[in-house]
Amino acid sequence: MTHDVQLGMPSLPAPDYPAEVRERLAADAKEVIERYPDSRSALLPLLHLVQAEEGHVTRTGLRFCAETLGLTTAEVTAVATFYTMYRREPGGEYQVGVCTNTLCAVMGGDAIFEGLRRHLGIGNGDTTPDGKITLEHVECNAACDFAPVVMVNWEFFDNQTVESAKALVDDLRAGRGADPTRGAPLCTFRETSRILAGFPDPRPGAVEASGGAGPASLAGLRLAKGEHPPRVGPPRRAPAQGDGPAPHHEEGEG
Amino acid sequence: MTMAPAMGETSPEKLLAPVLSAFWDEPRSWTLETYLRHDGYQGARKALAMAPDDVIGYVKDSGLRGRGGAGFPTGMKWQFIPQGDGKPHYLVVNADESEPGACKDIPLLFAAPHTLIEGIVIACHAIRSNRAFIYLRGEVVPVLRRLHEAVREAYAAGYLGTNVLGSGLDLELTVHAGAGAYICGEETALLDSLEGRRGQPRLRPPFPAVAGLYACPTVVNNVESIASVPAILAKGKEWFRSMGTDKCPGFTLYSLSGHVANPGQYEGPMGITLRQLLDMSGGMRPGHRLKFWTPGGSSSPMFTAEHLDVPLDFDSVGAAGSLLGTKSLQCFDETTCVVRAVTRWTEFYAHESCGKCTPCREGTYWLVQLLRDIEAGKGRKSDLDKLADISDNINGKSFCALGDGAAAPILSSLQHFRAEYEQHITGRGCPFDPSKSTLWADGPQNSHLEVNA
Repeated sequence: MTHDVQLGMPSLPAPDYPAEVRERLAADAKEVIERYPDSRSALLPLLHLVQAEEGHVTRTGLRFCAETLGLTTAEVTAVATFYTMYRREPGGEYQVGVCTNTLCAVMGGDAIFEGLRRHLGIGNGDTTPDGKITLEHVECNAACDFAPVVMVNWEFFDNQTVESAKALVDDLRAGRGADPTRGAPLCTFRETSRILAGFPDPRPGAVEASGGAGPASLAGLRLAKGEHPPRVGPPRRAPAQGDGPAPHHEEGEG
Repeated sequence: MTMAPAMGETSPEKLLAPVLSAFWDEPRSWTLETYLRHDGYQGARKALAMAPDDVIGYVKDSGLRGRGGAGFPTGMKWQFIPQGDGKPHYLVVNADESEPGACKDIPLLFAAPHTLIEGIVIACHAIRSNRAFIYLRGEVVPVLRRLHEAVREAYAAGYLGTNVLGSGLDLELTVHAGAGAYICGEETALLDSLEGRRGQPRLRPPFPAVAGLYACPTVVNNVESIASVPAILAKGKEWFRSMGTDKCPGFTLYSLSGHVANPGQYEGPMGITLRQLLDMSGGMRPGHRLKFWTPGGSSSPMFTAEHLDVPLDFDSVGAAGSLLGTKSLQCFDETTCVVRAVTRWTEFYAHESCGKCTPCREGTYWLVQLLRDIEAGKGRKSDLDKLADISDNINGKSFCALGDGAAAPILSSLQHFRAEYEQHITGRGCPFDPSKSTLWADGPQNSHLEVNA
């Protein structure tokens, strides 16, 4: 991914938010700052907050964080560029992250990423021309027992295949939405960023969505209760009847 | 008398001991109502009736050791907090689970977040803290939602806030989402991050117990460590010590993943073996055999089939030359290229190195260059010694353990699979077919678990 490297004259100070935006964000920021004994601790949530406003962390957003917390823009920029979840350029409505750390990669993550790259015709970090999908490699997301894993706007799509991942992005591009295997029905990247800033998801049913623990999380408990698993798992084409939708069951490419 | 699981025992009912995971199969396991039906907050009631120092002593006597990787005794960590110093004390829960292979805290928080909140109440009472934080990695929004809701419920029911359960304890709890950085799982980097800075490890001493968050005495504990405390208080330290080994008592979550028939969370006593876990859970995927595995995530030196009978407790795994770490049992079968696996892990460490210490920042970069060449068949024999040499120059020579973690898979794989590296060099390429390793390689009937939750 390339980032602006500007030589020569420094750029002019970033423009401010329009007054009404600034006022709204200032009220949110005050609420965030009150959660901490020291205001600087609010910086990471505030960066999520400005990302929720514009879809990525803009120079205006950096300026807002700096002025709100009494820091220099250099101090804020140093932090914003350290963490991978802050976008430095505009991205899609849905961030599709394929885990390609070793275990997921070996179990099929590499094939899934390559399949999506060809299917969407974009590379790592790029966004489809319709502005819907940004495709990314992601690192281990603490779901190795559900490998291979795809994250969309940081919701879990477990046990994916090349075909299921292609169907998933097709659904997203067509506006059909998608329900994660663990998580709530997808909201936009900007809405997700607001939750990350510490503002609970306002949608009714979002907390309950997809039900309790995923099947792998219950593997040991079921064994301990005397429910012996078959040596071989059930075929993917026979979705269990459960309380959440299971949108993508297609088999992988052999 | 403490009982390590007997060798040769394969009955899951006898070998497993679901405590934290005992009610995860309830339809609404994450709610306060469900938690209360399963003796929720009983441990906190008991603890709040005790003097803080007695709670510390009780947890110390239970023998609970930190579940975040290092295995340091939890009660002792609490005891290091100076008392009567006039400074605020902080509890920070490390929920930045990011170690490749580690996947226990995230399902725990998704299924039963109140277990952690109850543990926080007990710990804060013990260390005389009125302020706690949960530092959750940012990339797990479903878990963040449930934590937001659980904290709201706990405040509403009087388990958090002013005068908790009438005990006089005032306790504020903030859920803080990170922003993507593996290094923030290191406790001092986590503290810098929570202070709104780049997550870079601090030089120690001073240790967080003396100068942690905002330079005040701070306990940083892993999710599972804190979540294990309520059961210890409620059911007793003797009950806890009846499981596991003498030096490493209690129950813990083992995370089985990779080319196994049934990956998932298996909660059992400390000291169980991978052979026992595989025997009871259906083994490796049909028709394949175990090639290498990690006992504690990618930062722990890898084991092979020779190590199937090593008891999985901190001391036994250490004696066998690795680390129990986060009990992240990533199992790879014979279809997996060890060079590919190690190259990918090394790319991860290079990506996640915070850049503070030169040996780690520069070393991980050069390791990636060498490994990519070897994997692509462009390596030279002398590269293997160079890999070992650079790894040795990182190992133990940086502020934190990220560099040690980067060296571990390389040094251990060279020890066990040097011939495979040489094969890539002499054969001018990788002899493995990656499509054979995938979840769907042997047809859909071998896909492990149903997709839906």
